[in-house]
Amino acid sequence: MVLAIVLVLIAVGSVIFHFWSPWWFTPIASNWGSMDDAINITFAITGVAYVAIILFMAYCIYKYRYREDRRADYEPENSKLEWWLTWVTAAGVVGLLTPGLIAWNEFVTVPEDATEFEVVGSQWEWKYRLPGKDGKLGTSSIKLISDDNPFGLNPKDPNSKDDILIEGEDLHLPLNKPIKMLLRSVDVLHDFYVPQFRAKMDLVPGMVTFFWLTTTRTGTFDILCAELCGVGHHAMRGQVVVDDTAAFQKWLGGQKSFATLYPKGAAGTQQAAESDAEIKTVLTANNQNNEEGK
Amino acid sequence: MSNGMLEETQVVPLAEIEEVDLYHAHHWITKYVFSQDAKIIAIQYSATAILIGLVGLVLSWLMRLQLGFPEVFDFIDAESYYQYVTMHGMIMVIYLLTALFLGGFGNYLIPLMVGARDMVFPYMNMLSYWVYLIAVLVLTASFFVPGGASGAGWTLYPPQAISEGTPGIDGGIILMLVSLVLFIIGFTMGGLNYVVTVLQARARGMTLMRMPLTVWGIFVATILALLAFPALFVAGVMMLLDRVLGTSFFMPEMIVQGEMTSHENGSPLLFQHLFWFFGHPEVYIVALPAFGVVSDIISTHARKNIFGYRMMVWAIVAIGGLSFIVWAHHMYVSGMNPYFGFFFATTTLIIAVPTALKMYNWVLTLWKGNIHLTIPMLFCVAFILTFLNGGITGLFLGNVIVDIPLSDTMFVVAHFHMVMGIAPVLVIFAAIYHWFPKMSGRMLHEGWGQFHFWITFLGSYLIYFPMHYLGFIGVPRRYFEIGETSFIPPSAATLNEFITVVVLIVGFAQVVFIANIIISIFKGKPAGDNPWNATSLEWQTATTPPGHGNFGDELPVVYRWAYAYSVPGVEADFVPQNMPPDEVKRTDTATGAVADDPPELHQ
Repeated sequence: MVLAIVLVLIAVGSVIFHFWSPWWFTPIASNWGSMDDAINITFAITGVAYVAIILFMAYCIYKYRYREDRRADYEPENSKLEWWLTWVTAAGVVGLLTPGLIAWNEFVTVPEDATEFEVVGSQWEWKYRLPGKDGKLGTSSIKLISDDNPFGLNPKDPNSKDDILIEGEDLHLPLNKPIKMLLRSVDVLHDFYVPQFRAKMDLVPGMVTFFWLTTTRTGTFDILCAELCGVGHHAMRGQVVVDDTAAFQKWLGGQKSFATLYPKGAAGTQQAAESDAEIKTVLTANNQNNEEGK
Repeated sequence: MSNGMLEETQVVPLAEIEEVDLYHAHHWITKYVFSQDAKIIAIQYSATAILIGLVGLVLSWLMRLQLGFPEVFDFIDAESYYQYVTMHGMIMVIYLLTALFLGGFGNYLIPLMVGARDMVFPYMNMLSYWVYLIAVLVLTASFFVPGGASGAGWTLYPPQAISEGTPGIDGGIILMLVSLVLFIIGFTMGGLNYVVTVLQARARGMTLMRMPLTVWGIFVATILALLAFPALFVAGVMMLLDRVLGTSFFMPEMIVQGEMTSHENGSPLLFQHLFWFFGHPEVYIVALPAFGVVSDIISTHARKNIFGYRMMVWAIVAIGGLSFIVWAHHMYVSGMNPYFGFFFATTTLIIAVPTALKMYNWVLTLWKGNIHLTIPMLFCVAFILTFLNGGITGLFLGNVIVDIPLSDTMFVVAHFHMVMGIAPVLVIFAAIYHWFPKMSGRMLHEGWGQFHFWITFLGSYLIYFPMHYLGFIGVPRRYFEIGETSFIPPSAATLNEFITVVVLIVGFAQVVFIANIIISIFKGKPAGDNPWNATSLEWQTATTPPGHGNFGDELPVVYRWAYAYSVPGVEADFVPQNMPPDEVKRTDTATGAVADDPPELHQ
C-alpha cells in the first residue's frame, strides 16, 4: 500500500517538477530550435509511457498484494498482447526517430553560403580566425606554429595573409548569417560549447572538425569547453558576441590580419625549411570537410 | 496428459551428465583462501568488489562536496577533483559492477542454478579471482604513487590521458592501464568458465529453454564481455606503448607547453572507437545479469510465472547482439563523420524495443500475481522505476539531434547513473536480500532492510531526477567548479547543495546494509533450505549453505522450467524444477493440469 502510494507520488511529482521547477532550457540564440523541439517531442512521448507504466505498476502492487486466500494467475505467454506491445513501442520509436533524423539531416548539411570561422583551442584558451577580404581561410598546420605564427598558418598560401586573428578577445558573430565553425586543437581534445547555440562539437588534434549555425538574436554568450582537457578544463572560457550587421562590420574593421600582426610569420622566413608535404595532413582534412558540407 | 512431461523424457533421452571429480580441499588454506569452490570464489569476488566499491562511494562524496559547496574544502583542488572523477567511474563500472555481477553472482549462481557440481574449470576459476584481486591492488596503488591517480576521466581519452596538464600521467595512468589489462586477463579466465559451464555442465533435463533468466542474463553478458573486453585490452596496451615507449597509436602532432611533442600521426578517434566498442556492450554486461535477476526475483515473490519467458530470452539475446552496433552513439560530438549519426541513432533506438518489452513483461508478471512485498521485491520494483527512467533518457541521448545539446552536460551524468549506476545497484541489493539466506543459512533483518530500501530508493531518485534539469540549463559535466556564468541561475547552486546532502545521507545509509549483513551472518533468523518457496535448483540443495559439490550424492534431474508458480491443479503454489511429476500433489487428479513446462515451450 505504502509502496503503491509512493509510486503514484513519484509519477505525479515528476510531472509537476517538470512543469513547475525553475530549471529549463537556457533561451536559444541559434537556428537549432529543432533540437529543443525534438527534446519536447521526446518528453511528450516518453513522459506518457513513463507515467502510464508507473501507474499501472502501482495499481498491480495495490490490487494484487499478498492475500492468503488469493492464488496468482497462470499465464505463461500471450502472443497477441506481446506483439501488440511490440508494435506500439516500435511506433513510438519511429515517432522519436523520424523528426530526429530529419533535423539531423539539416545539421549535417552546411549551407553553401555559410561563412567559415575558425576556432582554435589549446590548454586552456580559445583563439579565433576569420577570413579576410578574400572570404577564404588560408591553410594551416600545427607544425608551423611558432611565436611568429601562433595559428600555424601557411605563409605560402595566398589566402592566409589577410586572415583576421583574434587572440585574448571576444569572438564576434554576425546576426542571421549561416556560419560554419571550423574547429582545430593544437593539443588535446576540447569542445566548443555555447549553451544558447545548442550545437557543439569536439576539437580534435590532427583533424579539422566543424558544425554550422545561424545566430538568431544579439547578445553576449559564454563559451565553455565541454570535453575534459586537463586541470584547467573548467576555466577554459571565452565569450561570443552576436552583433547585428552594422555592429559586426564595425568590429571587424577594427581587427588585424595575420600579415599585420605577424609580418615575420606571414613572410614565411621562419619556416623556410618546411616543405608543403609536411602541412598536407591538415590541409587535406580542411578540404574534405568543405566538400562534405556541399 | 497429467504426466505429459514424463512421457516426453522417455521419448527424448536426456543427456547423461557424468559425475565430476572435484578437488577436495584438505587444508583451510585451500578450502577458504585458494579455494576452487565456485561459491567461495563468488564470495571472495563479491567481498572484494564491495570493498573497492565503498572506496568508489567515498570518492563520490568528495566530488559532491566540491560540487555542492565549492571553495569550502581546501583539500579538494582541481587536480584531486579530476582524480576522484576518474577513479570513481572506473571503480564503479569495472571493479564493482562487472566483477560483482559476473565474478560474484555468476560464480555463485550458475553452477547451482543449472545443477552442476561446480564450474567446469575450477583451478582457472580460482586464478581468475586472484588475478582480479591483483588488478584491484594495482589500481589502488595508483592513489599512492608520485603524481597520484589518473585524472583523465574514466574514458581515458587520449591525447589528454597521457599528456601534460592532466593529473597522474606518471605512475597513475600506467597503473590504471596495467590494472585494466590484468582485470581482463582475470575476467577471461572466469568468463570462459561461465560459458562452458552453462553449455556443458547442465543437469539432466535442464534444457536451455528451461534455464532461469538469471542464468540467461549472466550467460549472454559473459559472451558480450568475452567479445568486448579485447577491444579495451588492445586500446589499453596501445596506450601503454604510447605512454611508455613513445609510439603514436593515438597521439597526433601536438604542442604541449610550447613544445612540439615527438608523437606523429596517431588517431585520438581510434581510441574512442575501441573504447566504446567495449564501453557500450559493457552497459549490457552489467544490465543483462540485472535483467535476469529481476525477472527471477519478481516471479518468485509475486508467486507467478515470468510473463513471456521465450520473449524474455530472445530479448536478452537481441539486446546483446544489438549492443555491438551502437557504440558510436557515445561519439556524436566527437568529430567523427557526422553521417554516422544516421546509422547509430537508428540502431540505438531499435534497441529500445526489446528493452521495453522486458519492462512490460516485468510489470505484467506483477499483474494478477499474489505479491509479497519482501525486501527483494521492493528493490526490484525500485529497479523497474529507476531503469525505466534511465532507459527513457537513453531515448533522448540516443537520438542524435537531441544528444548534441545535452552531450557532456549533467543530463548525461544523471542518465547513466540512473540506468547503469542506481538501477544495477538496486538489483544487487535485491539479489543479496534474496540469496543471502542460501549463502549463509540466515535471513537478513527485515526492519533494517526496510530502512535501507526507502533511503536508497527515494534518495537516489531525489539525487538524479533533478540533475537532468541542470543539463537542460547547460551545466557541463566534469567541471571542478562552475564559477561565473551568465546562463546558470543561482538556484542551480541550491539544487547542487541539496543533491550533495542527499548523496551523503544515502551513502551513510549503506552502513546499515553492511551492518545487517555482518550481524545477520551470526545472529540472523535461521532461513531453512527454501525460505521463499522458490522453484529453481539452488533452493533445492541438500544442505544450506550448500557444501562443496553443491548437491548431495545425486545430481538433480530437471522436469520443468523455473517458473512453475501457482500452476492450476497443483496444491502448492510452486513446483520445484527437480520434483518428479508423480510426486507433485494435485488438487484433483482427474482434471488436474500439467505441472510441467507450459506447452508453448515445446512448440
